[in-house]
Amino acid sequence: MTLQPSTGAPHARISGLGSALPSRVVDNAEMCTYIDSSDEWIQQRTGIVERRWVAEGETVESLSLAAGRAALDHAGLTGADLDAVIVSTVSHMLQTPSLAAVIAAKIGTDGAAAFDIAAACAGFCYGLAQAESLVRSGAATHVLVIGAETLSNLTDLSDRSTAFLFSDGAGAAVVGPSDEPAMGPVVWGSDGGQADAITMSNPWPEALALGETSSIVMDGRAVFRWATGFIATAAERCLSAAGVRPDELDLFVPHQANNRITDAMLRHLHLPESVTVARTITHYGNNSAASIPVALCDMLASGEAKSGDLALLIGFGAGLVYAGQVVRLP
Amino acid sequence: MATTEEIRAQLAELVNDVAGVPVEDVQLDKSFVDDLDVDSLAMVEIIVGCEEKFGVTIPDEESKNLKTVGDAVAYIEQHS
Repeated sequence: MTLQPSTGAPHARISGLGSALPSRVVDNAEMCTYIDSSDEWIQQRTGIVERRWVAEGETVESLSLAAGRAALDHAGLTGADLDAVIVSTVSHMLQTPSLAAVIAAKIGTDGAAAFDIAAACAGFCYGLAQAESLVRSGAATHVLVIGAETLSNLTDLSDRSTAFLFSDGAGAAVVGPSDEPAMGPVVWGSDGGQADAITMSNPWPEALALGETSSIVMDGRAVFRWATGFIATAAERCLSAAGVRPDELDLFVPHQANNRITDAMLRHLHLPESVTVARTITHYGNNSAASIPVALCDMLASGEAKSGDLALLIGFGAGLVYAGQVVRLP
Repeated sequence: MATTEEIRAQLAELVNDVAGVPVEDVQLDKSFVDDLDVDSLAMVEIIVGCEEKFGVTIPDEESKNLKTVGDAVAYIEQHS
């Protein structure tokens, strides 16, 4: 006998995008009832005017499901067409089973492969890279990638250096086969030497023993330095890897961590004026793995982006980890 | 080897680019925070920019001591 190798599509593309945001709007005035800060200071340091937090009945699962359904609709597919579901989240508060397996069932797949990944704010781009590989290898024909977070559950409202940053939301993409190249090579990696730069205040058993919860803590200075130096360079490498010149790019969609990080990246990248830059952090805050697909959906809805546009995506966050790629929008 | 004035002038361009401070205001006796109104995030970006521009390494613990333009220029002179 001859062992049959798997064979996949020649190329992969994003065929649909969807997003879901929680209903509760928390503006800087409300934020300043929790922390000693000001609207002016928060806007000047981050660009954030308001953020979204989950309201009663909204969960990382409900947001994931809504974003996933929207992406399937956009792709013109149903759950039954999916062969795999990947969910990137750090805020699904059950360690097992995976959120992806629950979503795969609820969204109507016929027992699709399903798994969660933990790559924090780089998670959506990590998921896209995996989906692209699955489609080209033949392991799957259509893959649903979801980035979903409810960071408000992991935010220390007494920490005036981070409380105003984090938010909730979900974004999703369907990745499927393509005759033409529509997703550039992923540029990714990690720096676990900086694991302490963004971490949790305590392992859960220790937090619970103290009668506390665990929350995200961040060395903002270290993260800013890494993001504006190393990550800006990584974004350049995404363009080179894809063979795309800056003047051929339509959109720059970095993880919405902080407008000041985006500004610094732009000073490094020297992108032409014709490139539209995502700034959705202004109204949604930093919703981690969700920020890039949420931004893409918003930009498509507002007309800032259109079908066929070439977008440079770059995610970066706790780990430290990063991933980016150039993609053509559906 | 660049002169003190050449380093100051290049640093002034960087500070202008990052924080919008007029180039002529970036003089050796000026404090980044108190005189030039450079906030902590912009300061980190200026430090990263110096590392690229002058080929020096400025660890975080050192960067906190660079209070004035003169401090930064002296550090660059000593380490490049």
